[in-house]
Amino acid sequence: MDLKKLLTPFTAWGNITKDPVTIKDPFNERPGADRYRGFHKNDIDQCIGCGTCEVICENEAIDLVPVSDSKDGDSGLRPMIDYGRCCWCALCVDICTTNSLSLSNEYTWVSTDPEDFRFVPGVDKKDWDNNEKGWKKPDNYEFYSLKRVHMDELSPEERSDSFIEMMKGYSKEQAQQEADRCVQCGICTATCPAHMGIPEYIKAIRNDDLEEGLRILYDTNPLPEICGRICTHKCETVCSMGHKGDPISIRWLKRYIADQNPSEKYKEILEVENLQPKGKKVAIIGSGPSGLSAAHYLALMGYEVKIFEKLEAAGGMMRYGIPEYRLPYDQIDKDIDYILSLGVEIQYNVTIGKDITLDQLGKDYDAVFSGTGLHLGRSTGIPGSDNKHVYASPDLLRWIVEGKEFEVPESVVVIGGGNVAMDITRSMARLQMVKYGKVQVIATALETEENLPADLEEVVEGREEACIINAGWAPVEIEIKDGVPTGLHVVKCNSLFDSEGRFNPQTDPNVKEFWPGTMIIESIGQGMDLSYISEEFKTKLEFGPRGRVQTDEYFQTGVEWFFMGGDIIEGPDVIHGIANGHKAAVGIDIMLNPEKN
Amino acid sequence: MAKSKLFTMNEDRSLYPELDVNGKPIVDLTSHKYVKIWQGPQHPGVTGNMSLELTISGDEIVESKTHVGYLHRAFEKLLERRLFVQCMPTSIRLCVAEPDTNEYVISNAIEELGNIEVPEMAQWLRMLSLEMARLQVLLRQVPGQAGTFALGLGYQWGSYIRDLILDSFEELTGGRVYHMYIIPGGVRGLLPDGFKARLLEKLKLIDEFIPKIDKLIFNNVVFESRARGLAYIPKEWVDEYGIYGPASRGSGVSRDVRKTNPYLKYDQLDFEPFVTTEGDVYARTEVRRADLIMTVDLIRQILDKMPEKGDIKAETPNVLHWKIPKGETYSKCESSRGEYGMYFVTDGSAMPRRVNLKGPSYTHANALLDKLLINANIADTAAIMVSLATCPPEIER
Repeated sequence: MDLKKLLTPFTAWGNITKDPVTIKDPFNERPGADRYRGFHKNDIDQCIGCGTCEVICENEAIDLVPVSDSKDGDSGLRPMIDYGRCCWCALCVDICTTNSLSLSNEYTWVSTDPEDFRFVPGVDKKDWDNNEKGWKKPDNYEFYSLKRVHMDELSPEERSDSFIEMMKGYSKEQAQQEADRCVQCGICTATCPAHMGIPEYIKAIRNDDLEEGLRILYDTNPLPEICGRICTHKCETVCSMGHKGDPISIRWLKRYIADQNPSEKYKEILEVENLQPKGKKVAIIGSGPSGLSAAHYLALMGYEVKIFEKLEAAGGMMRYGIPEYRLPYDQIDKDIDYILSLGVEIQYNVTIGKDITLDQLGKDYDAVFSGTGLHLGRSTGIPGSDNKHVYASPDLLRWIVEGKEFEVPESVVVIGGGNVAMDITRSMARLQMVKYGKVQVIATALETEENLPADLEEVVEGREEACIINAGWAPVEIEIKDGVPTGLHVVKCNSLFDSEGRFNPQTDPNVKEFWPGTMIIESIGQGMDLSYISEEFKTKLEFGPRGRVQTDEYFQTGVEWFFMGGDIIEGPDVIHGIANGHKAAVGIDIMLNPEKN
Repeated sequence: MAKSKLFTMNEDRSLYPELDVNGKPIVDLTSHKYVKIWQGPQHPGVTGNMSLELTISGDEIVESKTHVGYLHRAFEKLLERRLFVQCMPTSIRLCVAEPDTNEYVISNAIEELGNIEVPEMAQWLRMLSLEMARLQVLLRQVPGQAGTFALGLGYQWGSYIRDLILDSFEELTGGRVYHMYIIPGGVRGLLPDGFKARLLEKLKLIDEFIPKIDKLIFNNVVFESRARGLAYIPKEWVDEYGIYGPASRGSGVSRDVRKTNPYLKYDQLDFEPFVTTEGDVYARTEVRRADLIMTVDLIRQILDKMPEKGDIKAETPNVLHWKIPKGETYSKCESSRGEYGMYFVTDGSAMPRRVNLKGPSYTHANALLDKLLINANIADTAAIMVSLATCPPEIER
């Protein structure tokens, strides 16, 4: 036996003189590390209740529960964590679309009530709510792409002298890549006036089942080609992906589905080949989005539908108000032709109130739906605005569609900063480019640059096309020389609304400018023309603020057989019109079949 | 029967059962010469929940049968019902002692089939977390081997330093035991401020720890006389039984995935796994002691060579509907116990079609342990189990 090896281990006795290294837990405070994955925190102002945390939790420890405080673009739900199931992996934090969820570095918590360990972070106050430390999603680390897939478009040079559609559409790869970003929270569906099944049709794109996608679109929206191009996309405004990155390109994805399905196959895909007639008739006034939508859903229910249209083509504002480079006519026709193929009849060039009275329609048909839209231009009423060379934008836009001849001047001033103003500005720029090879259009808006009511892309693209868009100027006077305008005097506009939120522009008369132009176009909003309703008939209707007729939830007016919808009731935009038309169709069905309900 | 030159059996074999032609003992329990006892399935520490059915004659084991099945988990099956990213929290529980290897093999398999390239920075950080995991295992296991002979003091020293390493894990990953650090596409964070200096300071403690356990354990006549010659594994068994890691290197066969199939950035590190030929418990403990020193060195090299900044995660498809095309792969790495691999099959859906984990414990704890325990003293059972580093969760996955 090796004596040395017998004795050496006893050197460990040297430790007797050393201090112990152990920590006297739990009596000593030992905070978790800065990244420690402890109990949950939720920034309730940021959270939108999208529910991705609930989806990713493999332990099913998270349930979304209703809370009293919620805001716009919010599901009204908040995550409740069950610590009987949670494994503190923090995948919920990493996937959170708003970065509201995080973990504190607290790890000790004693309670005698087991129910305490199931709570809604942020709502049920906890000691660690203000603890800044703990797990947060690392930087440069995402579970999905935050960047929107770019859609190819015509360059400013290619498009500046042509009305060819500017956006080229998504390829299959691009659409699938964009569809992949969706987390299927459904806040878009709740926000869309038509409550379209957005997550479902995006899923259909991911699965490359575009026929299913078309069926989902037509459940709630019979104008997908149109909406896929020019919808005001309130869905994208609230998209949960928009909180950290770009919102999903919902509008372009809808267009992709509609574009990829050939119109010849629509009836087969949508299974509408054997509609059973009900033997009842409905008249529709106006072939805009609300009228077409009502016609579509009524036709599907088996009603005999006839549309009365004042102009010589169908589509209303979609055709006569939106320039062709945003919405080509063949795409409008694709949607409308399908609706007509369901047996919907349409009569053009007929004005209600003139060619046929509303009362007569009421006698000839079981129900009447009116969606006549906002076609009257509003005037600023400033000195000089009564000159014949001062135009209203709806008239000019309609003339361009109708091909009516009018003098395109070398210099134009547009008053207005909304989407319609951008439409006429960019249309005039194109016409000038064709005629003169150069552009001189100035659009002037009351609102400041940040608050321009037009979509940002419209402003950016307009400027790319050499239009001048000046924000924050109030029109004062149109200078007229020899009966022809020479330009517009403006002063600086500092604010639009007073402290109580009323429209009350504050201008600074000392900061002045003069925009030269021999044609002035007013584009500050549109009004409705209800002259087709007789005064006697109007007494039976109830009018609300801004001259709008009051309707019930099914858009039924005070006259039982008379329904109204679209821009004259809600909006103005296409998707509200579609939603109104659909709801009114349901209302008409309920009215005509009381026994069924 | 294989024997080491030091190991001596009781020369008088009349008290012991005869062997049949296959080398199995012929045991007649009614003869009252044998007793059947169970070791386990309670959790004896590092070796986890499994049970040995031992037949003893006097204090010598004549037959042993390993029984597993006490964990009831079916993790491989559970993974077939998880999205790829959801596999992570489950997969780390496949092996509790060293969860990082699970994180790595499953992430690597997903990346390989999903065609994802991991950024360089993330590869270095992955390597760091894998080596830190090895370090905390060895800090328990090297002195723990002496613990099986009732010398628990070194284990206490090791556990203290291991706790400090777990503190580092807490700083880096947010967790002490289940780190959830490696994730498909990369890792979940850069080094925190000052982390490098703090970790290097802790490594110095291990430099001091090695001579202390040398005195306590490796220059200990009791440990030496009990461990030398115990559970001898001849070189030719290494292939025959599928032995990996320190157990194979203790028997003269150098097997280390980091050398034979370098993954991550191991080809940029300078190291040579220790090999010895003795083949007994002592040799395996020596191999682990050398591994501990090598791991400390590797961590220093990694901290020295890794870039300061860089991307931590590659862009992956949206994890909520990430579908991986049909394919299969075997993804492996070197754990503290030896080659640790995962066979991973995808079918084009958003969940794995089949996951099969292959760790060294399956062969070590079943076929090999059954064989090694024959003729061992009952008091040495724990020592033999620990020397093979059996991990039941890895067997019952």
